[in-house]
Amino acid sequence: MHNELLIACHECDVLHRIGRVPEGDSAICRRCGAVLFSHKKDSLDRSLALTLAGLLLFIIANAYPLLEIKLEGLYQATNLFGGVKVLYSGGYWEIALLVLCTAILFPFLELLIKLYILLPMKLNRRPWKMISLLNFLETIKPWGMMEVFMLGILVSVVKLLKMMTVIPGHSLYAFFVLIFVMAAGTASFDTHEIWEKAGDS
Amino acid sequence: MIVTELKTAKNSSMAACRRCHLLCRISESGDRKIIDCPRCGAEIHQRIPGSIQRTWALVIAALIFYIPANLLPISITSALGSSEGDTIMSGVIYFIQSGSWYIALVIFVASIFVPVLKILILFFLLVSVQLKIRWRPLERTRLYRIIEAIGRWSMVDIFVITIMAALIKLGGLADFEAGPAAAYFAAVVVLTILAAMSFDPRLIWDSMEDQHE
Ligand SMILES: [Zn+2]
Repeated sequence: MHNELLIACHECDVLHRIGRVPEGDSAICRRCGAVLFSHKKDSLDRSLALTLAGLLLFIIANAYPLLEIKLEGLYQATNLFGGVKVLYSGGYWEIALLVLCTAILFPFLELLIKLYILLPMKLNRRPWKMISLLNFLETIKPWGMMEVFMLGILVSVVKLLKMMTVIPGHSLYAFFVLIFVMAAGTASFDTHEIWEKAGDS
Repeated sequence: MIVTELKTAKNSSMAACRRCHLLCRISESGDRKIIDCPRCGAEIHQRIPGSIQRTWALVIAALIFYIPANLLPISITSALGSSEGDTIMSGVIYFIQSGSWYIALVIFVASIFVPVLKILILFFLLVSVQLKIRWRPLERTRLYRIIEAIGRWSMVDIFVITIMAALIKLGGLADFEAGPAAAYFAAVVVLTILAAMSFDPRLIWDSMEDQHE
């Protein structure tokens, strides 16, 4: 390992020679203030725990109904996948695909790939095809929009309450916790260190 | 300013990988592909190739789709035999009138204000970079960070429509469907996100160095 690292700011291209960054601190670009990288605290253990919790919550969140409504004796319940199916059968396959990817598929793949990378690293092993999977992770990460979906649920609930009775499903609580677990998971995942590890084979 | 003393990767015959941030020494310079990153395999360029042209194309496409997204109904509600289409704006007005001003605010900000703000800021950044303006690079970089961070929140209305369409299926009593504007609106969101991704913020700073050559 190098004691000093030469790094270029990804937002303004200025070169920095960086020594050891203490745990919990970040290196900041002196010209534009961009975070060059952060040295995360207990990154491996924390992200592994949060990823496992996230996967569990994700399964609960998608297995049970999200919301139920009641209006004059009629009853309807749905989970997120139900919404995707309705859009698809209504002829809006583009939107169905977009919602499927941003709210279900990509967040799920993000959790799976993180587990696949972090678990062997915890056991001091190098995951098979690590570079390809890291590349894939970087590609899908900006398109996972779980937290935006949560806001969508809140807006829908308020809209629906004006017209009918709304009963929150089990999965709503799981979703709510999942948002925080995923945010904490992103914050503890040390991309810089993992790329460094992936580099020295 | 101390800018003159700062060395950049570009003027030191180096280039950073956009994906894994590895800094590589390079023999030639320019926007075209120089090498593949020895660590992650992504193509390495000093600046994103064709960044300005591609960002322009995506912004203009987003602007075009923004028109049908706002004029056509984004959702269709049918109740007891009669059906009614709502545009984004008529939805906002309905919620103001019925007293849910906070819902109106969320939808207005996410669906109308944020896409317009993104398009305007990208226009401004593109023009300022093309004219090699040296005005407040730090503030312009901050504008870029803002549009990068807020773009995803425009998806909120698409998610609301998905949930409403799945739930309000009560036969003749009440039925909710996505409208034709939904697909155009989704396109606006995706195109503006892609536009922000293809814009290279390092171009803002390049004109700061050109003077000292
Ligand atoms: Zn910088």
